[in-house]
Amino acid sequence: MPEPVNKIDIDCMVNGERRHVRAFPMARLLDVLREEMNLTGTKEGCGEGECGACAVLINGAIVNSCLLPAIEVNGAEIRTIEGIAQGDQLNAVQEAFLQCGGAQCGICTPGMVIASTALLERHPHPSDAEIREGLAGNLCRCTGYQKIFAAVVRACESSGNKNTGTR
Amino acid sequence: MRAYIPSYDLRVPGSFSEALALLAREPGVWQPFAGGTDLMVLLEAGKLSHKRFFSVARFNDLRGIEMSTDYLTLGALTTYTEVQRHETLQKEFSLLCAAAKETGSIATQNRGTLGGNIMNASPAADTPPALLVYDAEIELVSVRGIRWLPYHGFHTGYKKTRIAPDELLRAIKIPRRAKRWRQYYRKVGTRKAQAISKVCFAGAAFVENGAIQDVRIALGSVAPIVQRAVKTEDVLRGNKLTPAMIASAKEILVREIVPIDDIRSTAQYRLRVAQNLLEEFLSELTK
Amino acid sequence: MEEKYFGHSVIRKEGREKVTGRARYVDDLTVPDMLHGVTVRSSIPRGRIRAIRFGDGIPWSEFTVVTAADIPGKNEVALIEHDQQCLAAEVFNHPEEAIVLLAHPDRYLLEEARRAVQIDVEPLPAIFTIEDSIAKRAVIYGDDNVFKSYHMEKGDVDAAWALADVIVEGEYRTGAQEQLYIENQGMIATANSTDGVTVWGSLQCPYYVHKALVPIFNLPADKIRVIQTETGGGFGGKEEYPSIIAAHAALLALKSGRPVKMIYDRAEDMVATTKRHPSRTRHRTGLTRDGKLVVMDIDFVIDGGAYATLSSVVLSRGTIHAAGPYSCPNVRVRSRAMATNAPPHGAFRGFGAPQSIFAIERHMDQIARAINLSPEEIRRRNFISKGQTTSTGQLIHEDINFNALLDRAFRESDYQAKRERFARENPGAPIKRGIGFAAFMHGAGFTGSGEVYLASVVEVEATAQGIVRVLAASTEIGQGTNTVFSQIAADALGISYDRIEIAQPDTGAVPNSGPTVASRTSMVVGNLVETAARDLKHKLVDSGLLCDQCTEDEFVRACRRYIETRGPLRSRSVYEPPPGLLWDDKKYSGDAYGTYAWAVYVAEVAVDTVTFEARVTDFVALQEVGKVIHPVLAAGQIEGGVAQAIGMALYENVVWRDGRMANGQMTNYIMPTAADVPPIRVFFEEQPYPFGPHGAKGIGELPMDGPAPAIVNAIENAIGISICEIPATPEVLMEAMTEKAGAIA
Repeated sequence: MPEPVNKIDIDCMVNGERRHVRAFPMARLLDVLREEMNLTGTKEGCGEGECGACAVLINGAIVNSCLLPAIEVNGAEIRTIEGIAQGDQLNAVQEAFLQCGGAQCGICTPGMVIASTALLERHPHPSDAEIREGLAGNLCRCTGYQKIFAAVVRACESSGNKNTGTR
Repeated sequence: MRAYIPSYDLRVPGSFSEALALLAREPGVWQPFAGGTDLMVLLEAGKLSHKRFFSVARFNDLRGIEMSTDYLTLGALTTYTEVQRHETLQKEFSLLCAAAKETGSIATQNRGTLGGNIMNASPAADTPPALLVYDAEIELVSVRGIRWLPYHGFHTGYKKTRIAPDELLRAIKIPRRAKRWRQYYRKVGTRKAQAISKVCFAGAAFVENGAIQDVRIALGSVAPIVQRAVKTEDVLRGNKLTPAMIASAKEILVREIVPIDDIRSTAQYRLRVAQNLLEEFLSELTK
Repeated sequence: MEEKYFGHSVIRKEGREKVTGRARYVDDLTVPDMLHGVTVRSSIPRGRIRAIRFGDGIPWSEFTVVTAADIPGKNEVALIEHDQQCLAAEVFNHPEEAIVLLAHPDRYLLEEARRAVQIDVEPLPAIFTIEDSIAKRAVIYGDDNVFKSYHMEKGDVDAAWALADVIVEGEYRTGAQEQLYIENQGMIATANSTDGVTVWGSLQCPYYVHKALVPIFNLPADKIRVIQTETGGGFGGKEEYPSIIAAHAALLALKSGRPVKMIYDRAEDMVATTKRHPSRTRHRTGLTRDGKLVVMDIDFVIDGGAYATLSSVVLSRGTIHAAGPYSCPNVRVRSRAMATNAPPHGAFRGFGAPQSIFAIERHMDQIARAINLSPEEIRRRNFISKGQTTSTGQLIHEDINFNALLDRAFRESDYQAKRERFARENPGAPIKRGIGFAAFMHGAGFTGSGEVYLASVVEVEATAQGIVRVLAASTEIGQGTNTVFSQIAADALGISYDRIEIAQPDTGAVPNSGPTVASRTSMVVGNLVETAARDLKHKLVDSGLLCDQCTEDEFVRACRRYIETRGPLRSRSVYEPPPGLLWDDKKYSGDAYGTYAWAVYVAEVAVDTVTFEARVTDFVALQEVGKVIHPVLAAGQIEGGVAQAIGMALYENVVWRDGRMANGQMTNYIMPTAADVPPIRVFFEEQPYPFGPHGAKGIGELPMDGPAPAIVNAIENAIGISICEIPATPEVLMEAMTEKAGAIA
């Protein structure tokens, strides 16, 4: 059996809360979130950065948590699917996924919601091509993506309405 | 089958010079870990044989894009996302932007780095063909000093490079003379996104008076290394683009590349498509 | 009855949990004191186990180790035949067959231990193709490698050739396809001698798992309990395979005395679990000069892999669908499921039909070309209609008008104009465009007398608070079971959707409503939900506590009073077949299905002559599926199925090396991304089916059937070359296009 190395301290902000854990340096952030922090909304689909089910936001940028050693998030700000809704108040993307049928089996949904949220933060009114590109890192086997595209469009419409207030 | 994670070490040296000292002290023992988008995949598959790494992610010495009149210098940790968003790269180095855009997903582009793409030394890497076409040079640093190498020739065999065990790749320099060159990049990978290339083609040419004054061609996934097609370039250089010239360039190209059959494609397909891409590149030059 | 919810797109029942990440899938659950389990597998295709060695450097005393010798009951996975071992004892028959199980609290160490187990084997001869299996290059099953064969005949095929003016032959092949649900297979098990065995996991068919665990553990049925957790996609991949992983987790739990969680990683899931059966179909068709079908002789063969599993049933559906939606007086289908030394192929959406429908719908285009008719004209002259019989001799009672479906599909896709435009624009263009279509039907529910044998049961019970729970073993796997059952029950009871709860499928608590397969859940089980819910209301009405037209409050009060005065308020419904269905299992003739869904799909493609890549650029899916229960869910089913079938047609290539999948990673097995799917435009025609809930029929598998032939027909339209195998990868297209170029030169 190969010699284990020592665990290390990891301090970071997760969904607005300061968290401290000890983990092996090469432990995947995905496992640390799921096992040490009990944040099981982040899913594992492939473990090779291909399916996007484990996507989280790190300092605002979308990252696959299966490809990130825990040590690299020291001091970082992490947002997982659990931090997307404000209490019971779903964000516009989540609400649109519900309305449009963007979730079927639901296993890709947390990653899709993260990717859609990241997309809309960068492109508040994305074109069809931008939506496809923005979601191309998240594989869905149920929907054929059409209802997810519709949900993104709806989410940007509904948040757009909020922004323009009285229009 | 997953690796035994507890046996892998990943240290965070306090500074770049500390990292160089570590490399000098124990050459070959420690390897740099950048974005991790390749190494973590190997780890997951239980195929990461090296076990001791140090993170370079926080070294500002390896970050940033600097511009001078003649060069753009990209820190080794420049991510694919940073490449795509950089205005000058967009204007003058479209191949590099196209390559960065087609590398993995946005999540991968946010983590993956140019330096990592070079040092991972995969023949299927997306940005190296573009870097070869741009006559990139790379800066290798150790406690012994700094040396600049032409990127062309850096890869010596499958996953092999000319870096010394105590050296780190710090930056990539590309001459700003591509502006007047016609540029062409195409990655072929079955699906539109998230593909590993089956053939990747980057080409640039300076055309004047109907003749190719100068040309660079590089391909991925058709040899054990990402390859410059030097002989094909030689045949084209100084010549007018006639159908006969295109045909003979295609002939030379198949003799320059050595694709294989693997789980992603066949040697036959790669040869044929490489030729077709060359033809498409050259045909666009005549337009 | 008022249809307040039926036909409306209400919010998915468990949608909120899913969009917030709160839905708990099996890998999200932990049980105190839990161990993790892994499987040690065979590394070569076939062999005899000589010794199992446990390598140095692993603290083996900390591990629970299970081999075939630890199985308390029979070492078999009960399904249809009894040939599949739960753990290989002496001989294994495919790569990645389970031989040893290990459990340990440390997941990391467990992987290291798995690597340290060495299995000494004596290799045995193995076969990997349909051809080698038929030729008996090695005999690995019975005395002829045949798991199952059918001979289905209508009319007099041998005599009919004399009546044909033209004979057209063709051979068509389809490859294996991985289900690629995004949630890998997984189970948690507890087991001890007093309480028996309980498993929780990702699965489609709780009672299939139950049936398999009983003989393995040699326990009475009530000592085995199977509970479905939220399931991240199935598509057939979690129909039969979960029995194996459930048994393995439970064997480790029994031996260790602790709960055991077993979750496959993606690589293991891809190489070790089932895939769609590869197939080869040969058609020989006789026609009159004016294009009327006279005789069809079809030879359909599927590769079953190493064990019989569900191959006989997959073969059956493929056989019945092989002649397409056409009326032909003389039809013979001979079919075989052959054994090879690959992991068993299994259920995958469409279940044999996509394979044989690919063949017939490609073949119809070949026939059209051979007799110089358009693809639509050859079909129009032969479409089945009311009063005619299918290849099984089933008389069509429905007023199906395929010509009208075709007309509408062509209108929606602008088929004719595009066909003309592409013919004009393609010459000289580097990107060739094409448009093609497929017409097809898909039988809903179990075949023949299958539903009668299943005798599915649903129960409905009300609480004193007026909450109504539906108890069924039908699982929510993304397709919308929870939502559809709630809509149906709410309408039947005249109460709000939010008052309906769907009980977690748990063999200890819900009756057996049959497996969640075969497009049967909405149509067959939904109908039972409706009947049971209506009966529950009748109980209240009959007892005088409620009038027929009641308010929600009155309903709640009535439930409370009923329960207070009379005890539990429950009702139960049992499947009854629609009247007049007759099926002869020996002759394989008669009413194969209660009903069919009918469809015409149109695909538009672009083939790049530089890279030989084909892309689908537009897609129209028009189908008649009875009444649509939930438009958003129904369209979602169609869109998802079409996307899977695009993968099957163009991208998803399982690379086999000696019976083992060599590209078992998502990086190298290419499923469509958001950037690869075209706009998928879905249209429904709705003719109520009298024996489905509110007239609904099954739809789940339908969209898997049509896209592949429509796409490959469109490719032929684009490049003028007939491609007869899928996936039509760029490598396949290059070869075909190069041959053609060579032939012309």
